[in-house]
Amino acid sequence: MSGAAAAADPHRLGRSSGHRHAASEHAAGGLHAKRIITGYGFWIFLLSDIIMFSAFFAAYAVLVGNTADGPSGKDLFDLSNVAIETACLLFSSFTCGIAGIGAQTRRGSWFYGAMAVTFLFGAAFLALEIHEFAGLVARGAGPTRSAFLSAFFTLVGCHGLHVTAGLLWLLTMMAQVYAKGYRADILRRILCFSLFWHALDIIWVALFTVVYLMGAGQ
Amino acid sequence: MLGKLSWDAIPYDQPIPMAASTVVALVIIGVLGWVTVKGYVPYLWKEWITSVDHKRIGVMYCFLALVMLLRGFSDAIMMRSQQALAFQSPGYLPPEHYDQIFSAHGTLMIFFVAMPFVIGLMNFAVPLQLGARDVAFPTLNSVGFWLTATGALLVNVSLVVGEFARTGWLPYPPLSELQYSPGVGVDYYLWALQISGIGTLLTGVNFVTTVLKIHAPGMTYMRMPMFCWTALASNLLIVAAFPILTATLAMLLLDRYLGFHFFTNEAGGNMMMFMNLIWAWGHPEVYILILPAFGVFSEVVSTFSRKPLFGYRSMVMATMVICLLSFTVWLHHFFTMGAGADVNAIFGIMSMIIAVPTGVKVFNWLFTMYGGRIEFSTPLLWSLGFMVTFVVGGMTGVLLAVPPADFVLHNSLFLVAHFHNVIIGGVLFGAFAGYNYWFPKAFGFKLHEGLGKAAFWCWLVGFYVAFMPLYVLGLMGMTRRMQHYDVPAWHPWLIIAAFGAAIILAAIVLQVAQLVVSIRHREELRDLTGDPWDGRSLEWATPSPPPAFNYAVLPTIEGEEAYWDIKQRAFERLQLRDEPEYREIEMPKNSPTGFVCAFFASFMGFALIWHIWWLVGVAAFGAIATFVVFAWRDEDEYIIPADEVARIDRANRASRRAVLEQMRAAAR
Repeated sequence: MSGAAAAADPHRLGRSSGHRHAASEHAAGGLHAKRIITGYGFWIFLLSDIIMFSAFFAAYAVLVGNTADGPSGKDLFDLSNVAIETACLLFSSFTCGIAGIGAQTRRGSWFYGAMAVTFLFGAAFLALEIHEFAGLVARGAGPTRSAFLSAFFTLVGCHGLHVTAGLLWLLTMMAQVYAKGYRADILRRILCFSLFWHALDIIWVALFTVVYLMGAGQ
Repeated sequence: MLGKLSWDAIPYDQPIPMAASTVVALVIIGVLGWVTVKGYVPYLWKEWITSVDHKRIGVMYCFLALVMLLRGFSDAIMMRSQQALAFQSPGYLPPEHYDQIFSAHGTLMIFFVAMPFVIGLMNFAVPLQLGARDVAFPTLNSVGFWLTATGALLVNVSLVVGEFARTGWLPYPPLSELQYSPGVGVDYYLWALQISGIGTLLTGVNFVTTVLKIHAPGMTYMRMPMFCWTALASNLLIVAAFPILTATLAMLLLDRYLGFHFFTNEAGGNMMMFMNLIWAWGHPEVYILILPAFGVFSEVVSTFSRKPLFGYRSMVMATMVICLLSFTVWLHHFFTMGAGADVNAIFGIMSMIIAVPTGVKVFNWLFTMYGGRIEFSTPLLWSLGFMVTFVVGGMTGVLLAVPPADFVLHNSLFLVAHFHNVIIGGVLFGAFAGYNYWFPKAFGFKLHEGLGKAAFWCWLVGFYVAFMPLYVLGLMGMTRRMQHYDVPAWHPWLIIAAFGAAIILAAIVLQVAQLVVSIRHREELRDLTGDPWDGRSLEWATPSPPPAFNYAVLPTIEGEEAYWDIKQRAFERLQLRDEPEYREIEMPKNSPTGFVCAFFASFMGFALIWHIWWLVGVAAFGAIATFVVFAWRDEDEYIIPADEVARIDRANRASRRAVLEQMRAAAR
């Protein structure tokens, strides 16, 4: 989007004021700004991702009692560990929001600083999760032990893989801003990244409740 | 080094796959050689392989579907001839080969014929109908296509290297678990579908965004052509259903690769969970396929009846109701699971309710034709064939949705006849109607009408001769997927069915002939005006083939039948609208991202199937690196200068002005 158009539409609501230059009115232009379209499309993708998680949740709910005489959630889950994980993830979402503001206001120190903190909290979350998984496998409660544990490792691990992908994406975005500056397309990607990161929180809240709280309380 | 792969993987001792793959290899080498010698490689690379133009991608999807149709149909011919011969004899296909053939036939026909065909038609027509210049995410569109092609490639590689699944088109556990299917067949199936499934999901995201967010000014939702509505519904279903498939197949992969216990017999696995999950995707999938076909029929029936679509609003309503209800009927695929009378009754009732909006649609098409000036062109013939055939198929479907009847007919040839009745009579006829209808728009010349009609009649007659006997056989108790049998009463019906398959073969030969003859006689069949059918929706306002940017100036839409209104105004005034002020247009640049990404994905899939772990790592890194490189690009658009836009649009206007001149002369 050109500078003039941005001035005419400071909040980029995407309502064409009518005298925008035709050059910006290509396929993705039409009536809506690219930022709206990209964000919208990414939302649709996130919804599909959440549906994928819902299939894993369903499988977990079906298999949660099928412990094959092995350990159940009550025997395995350590809620204090999970509480720290939750705190890491939720706080990283807050810093991710700060990073978004930093990018919009073009303040490098805020952007890079907040992204780095987000990365650290995300990595800490992952480390705790890997630690938990390794401990379970060492106790003979790995994913091949029972259908319940297969479903548990898949559901929680799928979220962990998403966090890993998010961390790689985060580093890529820092490198992109460093290399290319706060270009419109890069700001759009930062928007998508933060949507992704917050969506992982939403899934974690469901996970935390359905798997850990309900599991430990049984 | 090469995992499980060795020379033993190639079935030297089996003449049929070896001969077939030799022929295919010779054809591929021949085509590649011809392309190289003629110097077409740069053209193909620049204009097609790296193209992000939705029209080109749509054409490539349809081409992929047609090629895979030939492969899937040769499987069908083999099955029909095997069953015709295998009365009290082993026939000519050994069981392990026959099992692979029916599995490959179903997989190919659903995932690599029906899906790419309808997605191809949506790609081609939807942005044009919306008055848009492209889809929301053009490069993603290309990635989606090439990942679909990767899936098709993997299924076909299994013909020569290793084997394909012997589990049927849906790999039901525990048969598909490692214990009972230790070979690579199921792995080929799973990875081919995971990779192409990503491509399909990307398409879904892209088209939902496109239909909801990108239109010409004034193209409100309730002014969109019916095909756009059905494309929207279909893509909403893709977004909502394909992730379930991904998750389900991932669980089966974890069972097979890492010893998990989702669907196993031991350690608490639950195999019926697979049936529930796969059909929670599988039933919406049926509507993903049929809804775009309904859209094509709506366009075709209205155009060739010279009337607006009857009951447009009820049609929109019916489409969206089907979209919702399609998630409420999955259990009717396995009433015999034993969920109990109450559960089965609810799903039986829901399955009957979902037939209601479809009935609304059929009546709307009939009322559209009522009182119209009907032109019996090839696309309309396909639509009429559909209406009769689909109603029969729908009726047998409702019959199967009655749980007590289903307990008798479950897994019999009655079921096989039913779903071929709706998929051939619905999806495939719709795809062929769309192919004949939009072909002149895509290439600038019409397909030969005589051969098209001959192909239609052979398909229609061949379909009835091939599949009506299967209903009878199902009622006589013949189960599906039988490699041989010894019931004398079945034999004559199976011979009739094989004869029907031969008639369909003639139909396909006629279709190939239609294409070849049309290309050779393209000058006589040329569409000069861009509006060969006297169309009503916006795509017919563009020249044939449309320029890369579709519309020189985005049209302003004032009514439900956008182009019809414009045309009628021109006819009344006997002159075109004033020439607009031309400006330069920005269009997305070509990108090899899709092709390169699919290149790596093909190797990754192959390496995962054969446990070549180092290659998995290399290929995965390559695919991710491709995306990062793509994300690093500085310019993703190029500019078409105003002069060029003006030149192209003036040519389009001149051809239409010529029509008006003729009318003016006639009026005098």
